[in-house]
Formats: sequence, structure tokens, C-alpha cells
Amino acid sequence: MKMVREMIIQQKTKIARDTFEMLLRNEEIADQAKPGQFLHILIPGCTLRRPISIADVDRMQGTITILFKVSGEGTAQLAYFTEGMHLNVLGPQGKGFPLQIKENGSILLIGGGIGVPPIYFLAKNLASQNCNIHAVLGFQKKEYAFYADKFEAICQTDVVTDDGSLGEKGFVTSILPANKEIDTFYACGPLPMLKAVSVKLQNVSGFLSLEERMGCGIGACMACMIPANNDSGYKKICQDGPVFSAKEVCL
Amino acid sequence: MNPLAVNLSGLALKNPVMPASGCFGFGREYSAYYDLGKLGAVIMKAATQHKRLGNQTPRVAETGGGMLNAIGLQNPGVTQIIEQEVPFLAGFDTCIIANIAGSTLEEYAAVAAAFNQTNDVHALELNISCPNVKKGGMQFGTDPAMAAEVTKTVKAISNKPVYVKLSPNVTNIVDMAVAVADAGADGLSLINTLTGMRMDLATRKPLLANQTGGLSGAAIKPIALRMVYEVKQVVGIPIIGMGGIATAQDVLEFLLAGASAVAVGTANFQNPLVCPQIIEELPAVLERYGFSSVSEAIGKGILQ
Repeated sequence: MKMVREMIIQQKTKIARDTFEMLLRNEEIADQAKPGQFLHILIPGCTLRRPISIADVDRMQGTITILFKVSGEGTAQLAYFTEGMHLNVLGPQGKGFPLQIKENGSILLIGGGIGVPPIYFLAKNLASQNCNIHAVLGFQKKEYAFYADKFEAICQTDVVTDDGSLGEKGFVTSILPANKEIDTFYACGPLPMLKAVSVKLQNVSGFLSLEERMGCGIGACMACMIPANNDSGYKKICQDGPVFSAKEVCL
Repeated sequence: MNPLAVNLSGLALKNPVMPASGCFGFGREYSAYYDLGKLGAVIMKAATQHKRLGNQTPRVAETGGGMLNAIGLQNPGVTQIIEQEVPFLAGFDTCIIANIAGSTLEEYAAVAAAFNQTNDVHALELNISCPNVKKGGMQFGTDPAMAAEVTKTVKAISNKPVYVKLSPNVTNIVDMAVAVADAGADGLSLINTLTGMRMDLATRKPLLANQTGGLSGAAIKPIALRMVYEVKQVVGIPIIGMGGIATAQDVLEFLLAGASAVAVGTANFQNPLVCPQIIEELPAVLERYGFSSVSEAIGKGILQ
């Protein structure tokens, strides 16, 4: 049977403007977590749980790292939580990124803003396989940027910002390599970015991690739907995703 | 004797707690968390005659003490529900209530007739109160004459007890209750969600794609209690009370106000185990407040 679990906050760090990193301990969740999955976190004072993607896992320590940007009442409340406090969590939820890749393949990772965290967990996992990884990270501006150094430690990394305050000025789509140089791409970020990326890389096999306001987070309430090219005409982001093949969903 | 057992019109329940329609799908996802046989009943997500894909997203939004939803009656259609979902739920030792919706009298009749084929569905809940679809549902739920007509139509066709789920978005809930009771309803479900909305400051637009949605959760509990209380004093048929229930204490409040059973909706999203936990805690809560059974508490809070 699935369970509702408690996680202890071991550390909370502000790593960029409005952006926090939290280290949460729970061995069962850390054991099961795969790149692309998320935690559905109950925040006292809020009716709805908040889905937050998993940015890293340390199975030896039984910990999970999450990153969140304060963008509303729920994340503002979560930012008040500190070391030693507990969080009530469902998870790991959803299906993660497919991790089987072509031998010696060229992998393109694309992360935009608070879509970067699940891409980092993925990058670490893929780095242990035989492949060439190139990461393209986009942020609004320098003060919102994070994890660029951590990506640089494991793969070739390019950063862009909307105003050029860090890396090149522009959007992730302005510096993507040519289609023929990529075997598989993985992307997570705001919807306009995912749309632009899937158009630009339409001839490449790729996977998108989607975000949506969720209700139950387990597949029952039909709140977080995305139109899809299948018999039913839709997919549930929380249960069937949040990662989908770029070809199967209609953004 | 089981102190939690209740007998409604045509429905013998082992306990008065059931997940509310729309908050529980067809039970599959929650069956990964506990044995659905612990539940008094399951009210399935609304069935329409044909498959519906529902509204655009965002479909949900947080509100103070509650939430808004505008799913739009997404469901695979009554045939698929009978073929694929009912047999799954029938594998659990619980009652199955089918929520039925439509945009015309004919559609309600067709869906009700379809459920006649299966003995695994024990009752119908007539959804005349969905605030989130452009056509149908709501117009039947805000006009007493139309509510009576759809109740009569479904009663004439169905071989099952019919509970009519009323909308709180009316001036006088008692008029609605009297109309459907006189039309032959076996029971009432009170209440559906209240129409509300939120604005997105960043986009300067309504937050929900449907613009408005149905408010549920703790915020609406006082309204639901008041409506159960008012209706119970005038109408004899049993009431399934719902609206913001999250604890065994909440259940007792609804029993005292006149509900014979209760449905739990939004609280399932916060805690997938909330229904079995309420069922486990209910005997002790009844005892603490001087009741030896659920039946004994029904309507005891109504001042003479």
C-alpha cells in the first residue's frame, strides 16, 4: 500500500532571489525517487498540496533535495519552514524521465528557471552512463540563476539570461545546437519555453516535464490534464507524467 | 450490532462515510492507499451519456480555507464506466453510488437507463448542480420545476434509489428540496460546490480557464450545515451531508444537523487516508458526546 510520509527538513538555504533549496530526509522516498518525479507537499494553512520536483537524491544519507521559487501563498508559506520541522509528503509521485539512452549518444538538457532542478537530478544520473551531455540553462537574470556551477562540474553547460546579466543574452532556444547533433533532448521549464523548444527540435526524440496546478496529485481528480495524441484524448500530468514524450502531448 | 451502520432509503451502509463524487475518480488511485471495503459507499465521478474531455486548464485554484475547481465533468461516458470502472469497484465490499449528469432530460434518462443494466450500482446520485459546464446541470438545479421534472424522469426509468444532489447556488434551498422530494426523490445530497472565482494578478485575468469554479473545502462547511439543518426540518427523505468534512467531529456536526450519512470531498486531496481515518475515529467521537450509534445522533441538534 502507498503511504503518506513525514520528511524532516535537514537544511534550508536561499540559493538565489526568491529561491530556496531544502534538504529533506526520508529513506523510503530517497530509495524510490527517480529523476523527473515530484513530491506532493502538504503546507499547513493551504488546502491543496504543492507539487515540487526532486532536484537530487542521496540514497546513502536517505535525503532528497528540492528547490522552490516563492511565487504564491503556498511557496511563501513553505519558505518559513526551517531545519528540524516536518513536512507531510506524498511521493515520489509520477513517472520520471526515461533513462535508457543510445550508447555514446548526444544528450541535450534544457532547463528554464524553476524547471532546472529536475534536469539536474537527470544530468547526474545520465553522467554515470556513456554519453555526451550538453546542458542549456535559462534564467530571467543573474540574481535568479542557480546550479550553473553544479552543471559545469558534470557536463558542458551554457547559460542564457533574458537580460544578458549572466551568460549570453536571449532565450534557451537562441543557442540550441543543430538538430542533427542531438540524439535525445530533455526539457523542463515554463510552457512558452517548452513550446518553442519542441518546435525547434521537432525532428529529435525528446521528453518534456510539464507543470500544472494540481488537486489530488495521484490521478483521481482530473485537474491537471494535458491534451494528448491517444485514444482518450488526454493524459494526467500527475500520474501519467509529469514527463511525456514531446510527440505524445499537445502543448 | 454495528454502531456505525445506517439505513438510508434503499441503501444499507456499514458506516455513514463515503468519498464525494468528483474527488475520488472511480476509486482506483485511492485503492493504492487502503482497502476501499472500509468505506460505507463510494460515489463515483459523474457519468454523462458520451465521453467528455472537460474544461481547459488551470482547473483548480487555492482559496482561503478551500479551493475552486472547474473540471467540467470530464469522464469516459456511461458505457465505459459500466464496463470498466464498476466491475473494479464491485471487487470491494462497499456500496456503489453512480453520479449521473446531463444537459437534457433525454441525456439524464439515457444515463439512468444504462445503469439499470448493472446490479453492482446500488443507487444513483442525480447531479443537477454542476456549476462548471456551460450547458446543463445547473439550470436543472436552480429552478424547482425543472428539478422536479428531471427527478420524475429519472425515477420513472431507474430501478435504483435516486438521491438528488442540490446546488447551494439558489435563493431558497428548501424550495428545491421540497420540489424534488415531492417528485419522488428517495434522498438528497447536500451540498454541491458554491460558484466562485479568483483573479490572477500577474495576467490580470480570471485564474481558472473556465473563469468561475466551484468552491469546496472547510470554507463552505457552515453553509452546508445550515442547508442540511433547514432542509431536514421540512423534508422527510434522508440526506447525505457534504461540504468541508475532514474529521469525525465534522461528521457528528452533520449528523446532528440532520444528515443520515456524509460524503468527504476536498479533504481527500490533503490526506488520501482521510476517509478510513474518520471511520476509525467516529465511534470514539460518538461516545465522547454521548451517542452509542450513528442512527441515534441523526437530527439530534435540531431545536424543536
